Amino acid sequence: MLSAQNFGESGKMKEYHYAGPTEHRFSPYAFNGGTVLAVAGEDFAIVASDTRLSEGYSIHSRDSPKCYKLTDTTVLGCSGFHGDCLTLTKIIDARLKMYKHSNNKTMTSGAIAAMLSTILYSRRFFPYYVYNIIGGLDEQGKGAVYSFDPVGSYQRDTYKAGGSASAMLQPLLDNQIGFKNMEGVEHVPLTKDKAVQLVKDVFVSAAERDVYTGDALRICIVTKEGIEEQNIPLRKD
Amino acid sequence: TKIQEFAVPVGNEPSGFLRSCNREEGVRIDLNHGTTTLAFKFRHGVIVAVDSRASAGNYLASNDANKVIEINPYLLGTMSGSAADCQYWERLLAKECRLYKLRNNHRISVAAASKLLCNMMLGYRGMGLSMGSMICGWDKEGPGLYYVDHNGTRLSGRMFSTGCGNSYAYGVVDSGYKEDMTVEEAYELGCRGIAHATHRDAYSGGSVNMYHMREDGWIKVCKEDVSELIHRYREGMF
Repeated sequence: MLSAQNFGESGKMKEYHYAGPTEHRFSPYAFNGGTVLAVAGEDFAIVASDTRLSEGYSIHSRDSPKCYKLTDTTVLGCSGFHGDCLTLTKIIDARLKMYKHSNNKTMTSGAIAAMLSTILYSRRFFPYYVYNIIGGLDEQGKGAVYSFDPVGSYQRDTYKAGGSASAMLQPLLDNQIGFKNMEGVEHVPLTKDKAVQLVKDVFVSAAERDVYTGDALRICIVTKEGIEEQNIPLRKD
Repeated sequence: TKIQEFAVPVGNEPSGFLRSCNREEGVRIDLNHGTTTLAFKFRHGVIVAVDSRASAGNYLASNDANKVIEINPYLLGTMSGSAADCQYWERLLAKECRLYKLRNNHRISVAAASKLLCNMMLGYRGMGLSMGSMICGWDKEGPGLYYVDHNGTRLSGRMFSTGCGNSYAYGVVDSGYKEDMTVEEAYELGCRGIAHATHRDAYSGGSVNMYHMREDGWIKVCKEDVSELIHRYREGMF
C-alpha cells in the first residue's frame, strides 16, 4: 500500500512501500464512455445518447452516437466498449435480416429484446462489455423500454439510463417520471414534448458532471409515424 | 438438435476472468445480483415469496425485477444469485418442460423438472455460474418444493430460503411456522420473512412478490412495497 506521505519538505520521495508482485496481462476490454437513456410514453418511445467517444484522458471522436436504428419501431442504445458495440449491432442486424427472410415479418420490440438476451448470454464466460437499452413500440403501439446487463439479464421498464452517467441520471428520472420521493403530487402522464425537454435537461446535467459525457446529444423519437432524429449540442469540455 | 455453444476466454479459468478485467483502468463489468427468496410448504399448499431488487456492484440496477418464472400453471421457479444465469437457465427449463408435455402427453413432475435444472448446472460446474433456485409445484405426488443451486445441489424439503438475505428470512419464518396455519397466516408469514430480510440486508429490497401454489395451480397473492410493510409492522414493534 502506498503511503500518503510520499514527499517530504524538500520535495524528495520520503517513503516507499512495496505493494507486492502484480500481474499485467492484455485486457480485451476498454472503456469508451458514453451515456444512453430511454423513456417510454403512452404512444411513443425516446432513445437518446451523447456522441462522445473517449478512452482514458483522450477523446477519439465528438460525433459517435450510440443509438442504432434496428427497425421502424425499435432503436437500440449501447454504451461501454465501442468494439463490442459495433460487433453486437452487426450481429443483431444479421439476425434481424434472417428472421425477416424466414418469417416474412419484422421482429417486434419484445422479440428483439428476448433475442438480444440470448445473444448476450451466449458470451456468458467472455461477455460483451456493453450496456444495452432498447426503446420502441410494442405490438399494441405503446412505448416500451427494455434494459439489459452485460450478460443478458433484462426486464421491461418505463425509463432507464445506462452508461457512464447512469448513476447520476437514474435518480433524476425516478423523481421526474416515476414521481418517487414526492408526496401529494398528481401523477400526470408524460407527453412527448415534455419527455423530449426532460431528456435534453437531463443530458445537460450529465455533461456538467461526468467527464465521459458531452459534445452533442442525439435523440431518436419513435412513434407510429416513424423515427424522428434531433441533434442538440452539449458542453465540449 | 443444435447444442448451444458458449464463447470462452483465453486461459483455463473462466470464473476468474471477469474479476481480473475489473482491475483495469475504467473497465467495470458488474452483473445484476443479490436477493432474498423463500418458500415453504404447509397444509394448504406452498407459499413462495421473493423480493425485487437487482444490484450491479454497488449500484441498484432495478427495484422491480421479476424473480419468479411462471413455467406453467402448476410450476414456479424462483431466481437468486446472478440475474442473467437464472433468467437464461430457467427459461431453458420452461422450454424443456413444455417439450416434455408435448412428447409425453402429461405434465412434468416437480422432481423431474428440478432434476433437469440440476443437470444443466452440473454441466457448467466450476465455471462461475451463480444460481440458487426453488422449483415449486403441484403434481401427482402433491405439493412439491425443491432447492437447486449452481453447484448441482438438489434438495427436497418443507422450507427453503435463498440469497444473501436468507438467514434473516429463516429466522422469521422458523419462529412463526405452524404446520396447520391458515392461509392468511401463511401469507402474513411470507411477507414478514421477506420484509425483515430486506430491512437488514443491503442487497435485498423493493417489493414482496408472493405466490400461493394450490392443488388447482398457482395464484399471485400480492405485490407489496417493503417500506409500507415495515411501517405497518413497526406500529406493533415498539
